Amino acid sequence: MAENHKDETTSNPDRRRFLNRIWAFFGIVAAAEFGWLGLSFMNSRKERNRPAKTESIVTAGSVELFAPGTVTAVPLGQFYLACLGDGSFLALSRTCTHLGCSVPWDEEKNQFVCPCHGSTFNLTGEVLTTPAPRPLDTYPVRIENGIVKVDISAPQKREHFDPTQATKL
Amino acid sequence: MTTAPPKSRRSFSEFLLHLHPRTVPEETLRFTLNWGLGGMAAMLVCLLFLTGILLLLTYQPSTDTAYASILTLTREVRFGLWTRNIHHWSANLLVVIAMLHLLRIVLTGAFGPGRRLNWVIGLFLLFLLLSANFTGYLLPWDQLAYWAVTICTSMLGYIPVGGLWLQELFRGGAEIGPATLANFFVLHVAFIPATLFILLLWHFWLVRRAGGLVQRERDDQEDTLVQRVPAVPNLIVREAAVGLTLVAFILIMAIVWNAPLLEQANPGMSPNPAKAPWYFLGFQELLLHLHPVFASFLWPLLGVAALLWLPFWQGSALPTGVWFGSERGRKLVVWTAVVGALTTLAIILADNLLLHAEEAVAVNTFVTRGLLPTIFLIVLLVGFYFLLVKKLKYTRAEAVMAGIILVLVALSVCTIIGVWFRGPEMHLVWP
Repeated sequence: MAENHKDETTSNPDRRRFLNRIWAFFGIVAAAEFGWLGLSFMNSRKERNRPAKTESIVTAGSVELFAPGTVTAVPLGQFYLACLGDGSFLALSRTCTHLGCSVPWDEEKNQFVCPCHGSTFNLTGEVLTTPAPRPLDTYPVRIENGIVKVDISAPQKREHFDPTQATKL
Repeated sequence: MTTAPPKSRRSFSEFLLHLHPRTVPEETLRFTLNWGLGGMAAMLVCLLFLTGILLLLTYQPSTDTAYASILTLTREVRFGLWTRNIHHWSANLLVVIAMLHLLRIVLTGAFGPGRRLNWVIGLFLLFLLLSANFTGYLLPWDQLAYWAVTICTSMLGYIPVGGLWLQELFRGGAEIGPATLANFFVLHVAFIPATLFILLLWHFWLVRRAGGLVQRERDDQEDTLVQRVPAVPNLIVREAAVGLTLVAFILIMAIVWNAPLLEQANPGMSPNPAKAPWYFLGFQELLLHLHPVFASFLWPLLGVAALLWLPFWQGSALPTGVWFGSERGRKLVVWTAVVGALTTLAIILADNLLLHAEEAVAVNTFVTRGLLPTIFLIVLLVGFYFLLVKKLKYTRAEAVMAGIILVLVALSVCTIIGVWFRGPEMHLVWP
């Protein structure tokens, strides 16, 4: 009786295959658990990179400080304040919309030039030369008592420039 | 009188033999069959492991202290500068050697039946070592590191589904910061080396299981007996000669040239021009010309898929063990390389003019700089293939070889232009 039972376990290929599959299944489950654990470890630190932004409203200065057709860097808020030809204001993110490099304003050429992949943007942030896929992001601008204030909590994406994006006095 | 060597010595040679076959075919010993490239790559990996352990003793993986710890290493630690240089130059040379190794495999038909899995593993190894290089140069947290990680993680964002999720995962949040460095540190010192180690052993074992290096195919008329010689000392001394010469070369190189270190990371200002290390500049050149979805996702995906699928295409490998398959194959390679280089150069120059002419015109760049070039490339490669096979009566394997040469030459031209002919704002300049 006992011998018969033993014979069955060792010579039954179906059962052996079945047991092997169970082992493989547990192996995959263990790997998946480990992977899931790794991902949750990585996700747990998401807030760590965010600098403590105590103030999301940045004061750029008085309206008279900015001449029409000029661009002023506001390092505190990591944006450019562009004063357009008609005296309206546009706060442009300094981050290239292509791959995130920081774009400097070229006074002579009157354009933003990305040092990483050569994209260029005009005064209103529109793309002059690719590869950048869309204009520079903007931040909402408010003018209170002749003082230009910019809310840098969230950059706003756009596909084109239109004059309604700029804030007038 | 016993002739057996002392026990300790015998066990060491047995260990070496365990990694090698007992005997090897004599014809596979000639240096010009493989130029010792695989062995050199393995030697460099060993050097990288050793110097990496030393560097790990002084490096501090935190955005506040990483840069200072590199300065301390190079200024105050005995042989710290040299060790860092050895690590740097080994890593750079490894990219060159691995690419040449891949080229050798293609040109001597060493990815056919019996070696298919090893080709796939080899590709994974190439990917791993490029990742190791990339994650490695992020660690000093200098300007190169900061902007490289910015650009690379932004590229992940263009992957159609789940790209932004991947981007956040690798950055460890929405923005780049301490968690980003922690991620890439773990990849560089734990995940990649461990995976590399396992795959390398598998790679070596599969070479052995395929019967060693590729040999010439034999006719029936020929003497079918393969002349075999003992691996010790014939193979071992050759490996030692190549490996030790290479180590000496690296050590001297690391005395003469210092590994670069830019200024400390400054999130407010990208360097101008902001260039990747040389081995990614071919890729950066693509980014200048193509829509980002295509340059950072679709084209690499197509390239990787083609390479993975290659050995499973019937008859895609050359006759084994003969460089270029034949004299006719050698001429084809030379011509393809020349024509490919000139064509790539012409396309880059023409597109450079086009880029600046487009300025005023609003165009849909997804089509003009994405779909159209992709269709153009596919038509070009398929047309090239049929020209070679149908009109000029080359074999499929020779056409495949020419195709790979074409792509590699194009990539090399892009790299050369990126290294020497791109100036401020990535404009074309004379060096």
